[in-house]
Amino acid sequence: MSNFSRRKLITAGLVTAAGAGGVAAAAKLAQRYGLIPPDSSGFFGPGETLTYAAQRLLTRHSLAREFAPSQISPRPFANLVEPFSEKFQRLQKGAFAGWRLAVDGMVARPAAFSVDQIKRFPQRRQITHLACEEGWSYIAEWIGVPLSHILDVVGTSPQARYVVYRSMEPETWESIDMADALHPQTLVTYGMNGGELPVEFGGPLRLRVPRQLGYKSVKFITSLTVTDDLKRFGEGLGSASPEDGYAWYAGI
Amino acid sequence: MADLALTAASASAAPATCARPRHSAVVRITHWLTTIAFLTLLVTGVEILISHPRFYWGETGNVNTPALFKIPIPASRHSFPTGYGYVLPDQNGWSRYLHFEAAWLAVLTGLLYVLYGVFSGHFRRNLLPAGADFSWRRLSSAIGQHLRFKPPSAEESWSYNLLQRIAYLVVIFVLFPLVIWTGLAMSPAVASAFPGAVTAFGGQQSARTLHFFISIFLLLFLVVHIVMVSLAGFWSRVRAMITGRPAVEERSGS
Repeated sequence: MSNFSRRKLITAGLVTAAGAGGVAAAAKLAQRYGLIPPDSSGFFGPGETLTYAAQRLLTRHSLAREFAPSQISPRPFANLVEPFSEKFQRLQKGAFAGWRLAVDGMVARPAAFSVDQIKRFPQRRQITHLACEEGWSYIAEWIGVPLSHILDVVGTSPQARYVVYRSMEPETWESIDMADALHPQTLVTYGMNGGELPVEFGGPLRLRVPRQLGYKSVKFITSLTVTDDLKRFGEGLGSASPEDGYAWYAGI
Repeated sequence: MADLALTAASASAAPATCARPRHSAVVRITHWLTTIAFLTLLVTGVEILISHPRFYWGETGNVNTPALFKIPIPASRHSFPTGYGYVLPDQNGWSRYLHFEAAWLAVLTGLLYVLYGVFSGHFRRNLLPAGADFSWRRLSSAIGQHLRFKPPSAEESWSYNLLQRIAYLVVIFVLFPLVIWTGLAMSPAVASAFPGAVTAFGGQQSARTLHFFISIFLLLFLVVHIVMVSLAGFWSRVRAMITGRPAVEERSGS
C-alpha cells in the first residue's frame, strides 16, 4: 500500500468516525431540545424528524396568520362526524350543562371545568385558516380561552413536555408539545363566527391548533392530560393518528 | 507483449475528449437520487390528490364553494361527492409520510447538486449557453433539428445542445424551486413563520393549484426527457449516467 492511499484511508476513517460522532451528538441535542417526534421510528422516521425539527427551530414562536372579518368563509365545511352517541345526545339535550373538561397529569390542582366555567376565563377571538389534510380549507372566527390559561389555572409542572387531549368520539385522541400548548393562539374554543360553536364544527368544546392541519383540532374534547412522556399513552406513538398511519406532527 | 497490445487498444478507443467521464460522479449520483425522489413524489402526490380532486384559487376552498376546476375521477374519501357512487381505497396516511420524506430527499439532493454545480463549474461549463450559442438563429436551427427528429451527432453525445441547456436550466432553477415553494406554502406552520411566502401566490389554495400545475410541467419534462434519451440511444445514455461513460462504440466516432 502506498503512502498516498494509506493517508487516504486514514482520512476516510477519521471523516467517517467524525460523521458518526456528529450524528450521535446531533441526535442527543435534538432529543434534549425536543426536536424528535414520538413517531420517529420506522421507515418514515427520518423525514418526520427533519420536518418536525426544522419547523420547531423556525416556527417555535411564530403566529398563525389572522384574517379580516371580510375574509371569513361564508360556507365553511364541517366534514363528516360519526353519528352522535347516546351520551352525547343526552348532554346536548341538556344544553351541555353536564359537559366537563377534565384536566389531570403533571398539574398541581387537577380539575374538571364546565363549559360555563371555561366561558368565564379571559376570552380570545381570532380569525384563522383551517386546512384539512384532504386539501380543502376555510377561514372562520374562533372564540375561546387560550389553552395556556387553563394550564396556568391548574398549575402545570415545569417538567411538562406534552398535552394529551381526548374527544367524546371514541378512539380520537391527540397530543401537542408545549410549544403549541403554550402558544397564544392555541385555544379551547366554544364559539365560532360570533355565535356558539355548532356541534358539527366540534361544539361544545374544540381544541384549535391553528399552526397544524385540521385533524389536530379535535372536536368534542373531554379531557386534557399533561405529561412528560408520550410512551405511556396508547401505542406510544403520541396520538391516535400515527396508529392509523398519519403523522403525529401536522404542521407539514 | 499483452500489456502493450492492451495499452494500444485502449489508447485508440479513447480520444482526448473522453479523458474525463461524460458525467461526474456527483451529477450521476444526484441524478438517480432525484429520480427516486421525483417518482415517489409523483405517485404519493396523486394518492394525496384523489382525496380531494378539486382545485381552488385564493386562500380557501371546500365542497361548499365553487371550484376553479375539478378532475373527473372518483375520490378516496366519503366526504367528497364525485357522483361515481364508489370510493377509492384511502392510502393517504403512508402517502403523506412518504411524500414529505421524498421531498426532503429531493431538497437535500438538490442542495448538494446546486452547491456542486456552482463550485465545480458544472453549471458554467455544461449548462449555461455560451454567448455565441444564444442567438435566435442558433435557437431556431436547434428547434428545427429536434422537430425533424434528427439524431444527435457523436460530438453531441459529449455535451448538451442549446435546447437541452435551456430545458435543464428551467427545470433546475425555475420548476424545482417553485414546486418546493408552493409545497411549503401549503404548510400552516411555514405560513405562520413566512406569511409572505403564501400571499405571494394569492393564498394557500392558489399555492395548492400551482403545486399541481408545476408538477404537471415536471412530468411533461420527464416524458420528453425519456423520449429524447430513447431517440439518442437509450442504453448508451443510461450507461453514461450510471458509469460515467457512453457505450464503447460511440467513442471511436468522435
